Amino acid sequence: MADIATHDTDHATDHGHHSSTGLSNNKLAMWLFLGSECLLFGGLISTYMLYRGRVQNGPHSSQIYDIPFTSVSSFVLLMSSLTMVLAVSSAQRKDDAKTNLWLVITALLGATFIGGQVYEFTTFYREGLGFTTSLFGSSFYALTGFHGVHVSVGVIMLLSLMGIIKKGKITGDKAEVVELIGLYWHFVDIVWIIIFTLVYLIPS
Amino acid sequence: MSTNELTLTPSQSPGLVKSPLSISPSRPLGAVRRPVNTTGWREWLFTVDHKKIGIMYGCVAFTFFIVGGVEALFIRLQLALPDGRILSADKYNQMFTMHATTMIFLFAMPMAAAFANYFLPLQIGARDVAFPRLNALSFWLFVSGGLILNASWFLGGAADGGWFMYAPNSGPVFSPSNGVDFWVLGLQIAGIASLIGSINLIVTVLNMRAPGMTLMKMPVFTWMILVVQFLLVFSLPVITVALVLLMFQRSYGATFFDVSQGADPLLWQHLFWIFGHPEVYVLILPGFGIISEVLPTFSRKPLFGYPFVVFSGASIGLVGFGVWAHHMFASGLGPVSVAVFSMATMAIAIPTGVKIFNWLLTMWGGKIWYTASMKFAIGLVILFTIGGLSGVTHAVAPSDTQQTDTYYIVAHFHYVLFGGMVFGLFSGFYYWWPKVFGKMLNEKLGSWNFWFMVIGMNLTFGPMHILGLQGQPRRMYIWTEARAGEGFFNFGFWNLVSSIGSFVLAVGILFFIINVIKTTRNPERAPLDPWDARTLEWLTTSPPKVHNFDRIPVVHHLDEFFHRKYVEDETTHAMTQIATGEDLMRAEEAAADTGIHMPGPSYWPLLLAIGVAVLGMGIIYGTPIMVVGALVVLFSSFGWVLEPSVPEPIDFDSPSHDGHTKEIAPVG
Repeated sequence: MADIATHDTDHATDHGHHSSTGLSNNKLAMWLFLGSECLLFGGLISTYMLYRGRVQNGPHSSQIYDIPFTSVSSFVLLMSSLTMVLAVSSAQRKDDAKTNLWLVITALLGATFIGGQVYEFTTFYREGLGFTTSLFGSSFYALTGFHGVHVSVGVIMLLSLMGIIKKGKITGDKAEVVELIGLYWHFVDIVWIIIFTLVYLIPS
Repeated sequence: MSTNELTLTPSQSPGLVKSPLSISPSRPLGAVRRPVNTTGWREWLFTVDHKKIGIMYGCVAFTFFIVGGVEALFIRLQLALPDGRILSADKYNQMFTMHATTMIFLFAMPMAAAFANYFLPLQIGARDVAFPRLNALSFWLFVSGGLILNASWFLGGAADGGWFMYAPNSGPVFSPSNGVDFWVLGLQIAGIASLIGSINLIVTVLNMRAPGMTLMKMPVFTWMILVVQFLLVFSLPVITVALVLLMFQRSYGATFFDVSQGADPLLWQHLFWIFGHPEVYVLILPGFGIISEVLPTFSRKPLFGYPFVVFSGASIGLVGFGVWAHHMFASGLGPVSVAVFSMATMAIAIPTGVKIFNWLLTMWGGKIWYTASMKFAIGLVILFTIGGLSGVTHAVAPSDTQQTDTYYIVAHFHYVLFGGMVFGLFSGFYYWWPKVFGKMLNEKLGSWNFWFMVIGMNLTFGPMHILGLQGQPRRMYIWTEARAGEGFFNFGFWNLVSSIGSFVLAVGILFFIINVIKTTRNPERAPLDPWDARTLEWLTTSPPKVHNFDRIPVVHHLDEFFHRKYVEDETTHAMTQIATGEDLMRAEEAAADTGIHMPGPSYWPLLLAIGVAVLGMGIIYGTPIMVVGALVVLFSSFGWVLEPSVPEPIDFDSPSHDGHTKEIAPVG
């Protein structure tokens, strides 16, 4: 969705049209996209909740989850929402240097979370939980993997945005573009809060 | 500006107003130079014009309609006589699966998208959709998805699990060929296309209406399309989950539908139908929208109870999310679920009935003009009502468990989908053809088209009620004389009638194709306002100009175009004509805006869609292909982001011809 986020400014608004809702086209589109994403994660979470206790081979969730470790990486991800807010606020104050700084930090925090997830997946795999091992394994990796892909896409968007700002090639309202990617980023974080609670904290 | 140059009478306005500008891109934008100066096939390949994209949607969807229709004829040939030899059991499975998939995902949805793309911006007085390049991307992704789905015919056999592809039946054990893999991929890509398209259209409707056009002054067609897009935004992700799970199972050995691991077969059914039921309203509501435009126009009356039609459409959409399990009554959900979903399903008949009565009362007392378009619209009202009545019998769970998986179901959904949706689309073809192509479809051939279709359709699908109640299973590939039964209700006779009917139907479609060819060759131009129409899309030339409207209309009424032509006498309520469409057009052209910027064409939507398709094929044919696809996707995403959607002034030479100051991106 980087294309929506950084592009397609509403040319028509410049020429006699008004935006009937008062929201810009880009922002409205992002909200709709995120609404749709809710149901995507809803489906994956439902699948996990249905299958989390169904283990015929391999380890149960309680045998492999490392709650302290995942708590730390969750904390890192949640902190990235804070830095994202700071990036948006710098962008609104038209402070490019600060915006870029906070974008990089946000991306680094996101990448740290992904690193944690890679480490966690590797550990689980060594302990006998593969993608094909059991219904629990398949649905766990599908759900958390999908979330991981979303974070990774977010990191790529943050870094690309930074590059584009540096080169001065951004089209349209710069602060809004940062805000749009921020919306996506916060959404991915909020989804993680739900996943962390349902997957890790509630015993099956 | 000279008024004379811009005054177009209908007979003199043959085509799009081409830009007088000569164009030379002066610097590369993004990774490669922008295709500003395009003609010929490039004009279509790189276009972001919603009208061109709409026409392309229509052409591709109609091609798939013929493909799906031929598949249906094969099915009916196989079942026409006992011990059919036309198709093997395996081929028969592929045939009905692909018939349904093609008709739903590659004909019905994109054909509705064609109408939506073309007319929605025109009906709300906008110059384009909110995101023109995303619009092109939707179209090309849909083409990619359709090609991948149908490529399976030539690459080891098509999908064979039925259109709802129940797992575990669609797992690797029971569907070993690659057919289901192609199906899963094709639908995911077509799904992304629909999702992007729906977000685009919602933003367009919510944000880009002409000044004065409140939501309750919007044409009903636009309203129904809006409801449909909301259904899509919230139902497509659910089937995406189901498709992804199935893909992981088939391609990477995941266990989601592996019953030996303790998997629950109902998971697929729930995920599929949470999408699948809103989907049936996605299919029918555009048809409802079209005839809600057609019926008032040809009855010469405003739509009866406009707010009721709008809100019943919206409530059909809303309740449509809560009835999915009526597809699963036979799966043992338990009495409470069955009762709830049964009641909800019956409740949905209420808003539908409201609509039917509104249409009837629209026609009541009107001066009805029986054009081909009107005939199809009336056909929809009658045939959909028949289908709706058998639908209510499905809502009654005990009755439904008798009918599940019989031909009675097939009869029901063909009455609502063929009699409802397809008739609506054909009504739209005849109604809007002069707007899109500037020529009138032949009314006489239209009449032949209608009568063959209506007779063929009843001959084909009517007997299926009998076959179903006699117990003929839905996906039976062969029947024998010995078990056909005797007397009036024997299988043999009614299967033959149904098969003959399907060919009558095909002849009806053939009349349409002949009509299109004949019309294309006919040099005669359509008048500007041939139907004395009511909505804003007629407040422009036929076909419309690149920029749609010379000036953005200011809206004061529902049916704005009609109210600009007629005034109502305060006491007698008689309508007096004060202007013709031509008069209004002249006024618009005299007051035309200057300096209109239209979005420029772009390579990226096409390239990105190709990248996604290659990426998808990598799931079947190995990682290297996937990497290539991913690189193309990445490259085109960056190209896309770095390219402004409106070509910058520097891309154009300054306008100098004839004192025109319009700066319009060229066609394409």
